[in-house]
Amino acid sequence: MRFRAKIVDLACLNHFSRVVNTIAKLAKTCTLRLTVSKLYFILSDKVLNGGVGMWCELNQGNFFDEFQMEGVSAEHNEIYLELMPENLSRALKTAHNAKAVKMKLTNKHCPCLRVAVELPSLSSSSRIVTHDIPVGVIPRRLWNDFREPSVPDFDVSIYLPALKIMKSVVERMRNLSNYVVIEANLSGEMNLKVETDLVCVTTHFKDLGNPSWALEDGCQSSQDRDPESMAEARIDIRKLQQLLAGQQVNPTKALCNIVSKRVVHLILLHEDVSLQYFIPALT
Amino acid sequence: ASLDNARHLSSLLRAVHFQDHATCFATNNGLRVTVEDAKCIQANAFIQAEIFQEFAVQEQTVTFRINLSVLLDCLTIFDTSSLPGTSTALKMCYRGYGYPLMLFLEEGGVVTVCKINTQEPEDLLDFDFCSTKVVNKIILQSEGLRKAFAELDMTSEVMQITMSPDKPYFRLSTFGNAGSAHLDYSKDSDLIEAFHCNQIQTNRYKISLLKPSTKALALSCKVSIRTDAQGFLSLQYMIRNEDGQICFVEYYCCPDENITEEM
Repeated sequence: MRFRAKIVDLACLNHFSRVVNTIAKLAKTCTLRLTVSKLYFILSDKVLNGGVGMWCELNQGNFFDEFQMEGVSAEHNEIYLELMPENLSRALKTAHNAKAVKMKLTNKHCPCLRVAVELPSLSSSSRIVTHDIPVGVIPRRLWNDFREPSVPDFDVSIYLPALKIMKSVVERMRNLSNYVVIEANLSGEMNLKVETDLVCVTTHFKDLGNPSWALEDGCQSSQDRDPESMAEARIDIRKLQQLLAGQQVNPTKALCNIVSKRVVHLILLHEDVSLQYFIPALT
Repeated sequence: ASLDNARHLSSLLRAVHFQDHATCFATNNGLRVTVEDAKCIQANAFIQAEIFQEFAVQEQTVTFRINLSVLLDCLTIFDTSSLPGTSTALKMCYRGYGYPLMLFLEEGGVVTVCKINTQEPEDLLDFDFCSTKVVNKIILQSEGLRKAFAELDMTSEVMQITMSPDKPYFRLSTFGNAGSAHLDYSKDSDLIEAFHCNQIQTNRYKISLLKPSTKALALSCKVSIRTDAQGFLSLQYMIRNEDGQICFVEYYCCPDENITEEM
């Protein structure tokens, strides 16, 4: 098992840092999966038990100038590591002026991801700041736990409104209640509703548009659907707020799939990063 | 009532938001929102009917009690304070006793509807503070007081206000763990617009009760400080909103009684 990677381009480095920062806001511990062409940050908090799921996929070529990975075996050429993304985020914070950042999997006393940040220096020898991030190697027999979640047979698929507005509304609603109901239909309408003894607040978003794949025969349940009829799910508002708060850059595409009363599946796509977030519905 | 820019209302309400509950009074003249604490301090925000694009009251007075924290969360749901040039449009309806307060807020095509439950109005204090009973009065430019209030020594239990026709004219004092601090303003100072002191008065007020008034001070351009014979304090803040219209916020405070003198 070997892993070495290097980033030299400052823009790529900043972009990578932003992704890691977002992940750090969403999960305390997660799984990093390395393949020849991609990196994945995975959280599969047993969605069946009411936890959230997260799947973030990056094309390594868009970030790294050098990337060498040798997996567990030739047949299974991948590495699965458990780590705390906050540690990686902190290490990368020191790198905002760096000449280069190198990452390497080491096992001196215990498995670590060694992040070496080469900083500009006035003298001829460079300054290097090294962070050793403890990681857990996940054995192959557990790899099945981290499969990409299949896109659920959703009832409605809709594009999200401007994240800035959604974030502000959700933040205020968070003060009013722990739960929010998200509902949407195939006519491009989405509502966020909060209801308590004291107050009812509903925010109506219109003209959002529905992705065309929702209307293809790929998804049977939404084909015969009345376009005005709403699919709804009641979720823990803090989970939604965490996702929105962690977004530092506007995604190229942001959409939401709802399986009525079961799960809300949010997909945020940037040029070279895709982030999927699953929030289970509560009764 | 309708308002083009909900901030005209929300920023004023923030200036009196030191308790969760407030009582709202609507008359033909406008809206008054009152917040009280400990039967010693009362804050009133006045928003005249002219500030609204539309303001209609069916009966003489409409009164209800409402959760001010919830009301503020609803009024600021689009948080446009962070986006300059944009504003939230607001429409408010109250059908009468027992009905909730309805708010309709719109920003860039997105509409939020809020239904806030109302309660029986409670009896409020009447400070009976009228201009004829005023002993001392000073009108200052707020910027003169802002720094003083922001840096108040909170380890002091009281703030003492001295107003006098002779030196020190106008003095704010605190008595905290580090010692006592006095801030003097001369009556000839540029900051003082009007100085009407007939007799020397020194009064102490619980600093924890006065601290919330700092919010109103921060928004205001002028403040009038008045005391009556019993030492009751009236602070009146003149606030200019984004469109240049004037609104008022008032704080009334009882003087702090010494334990030994309590009856």
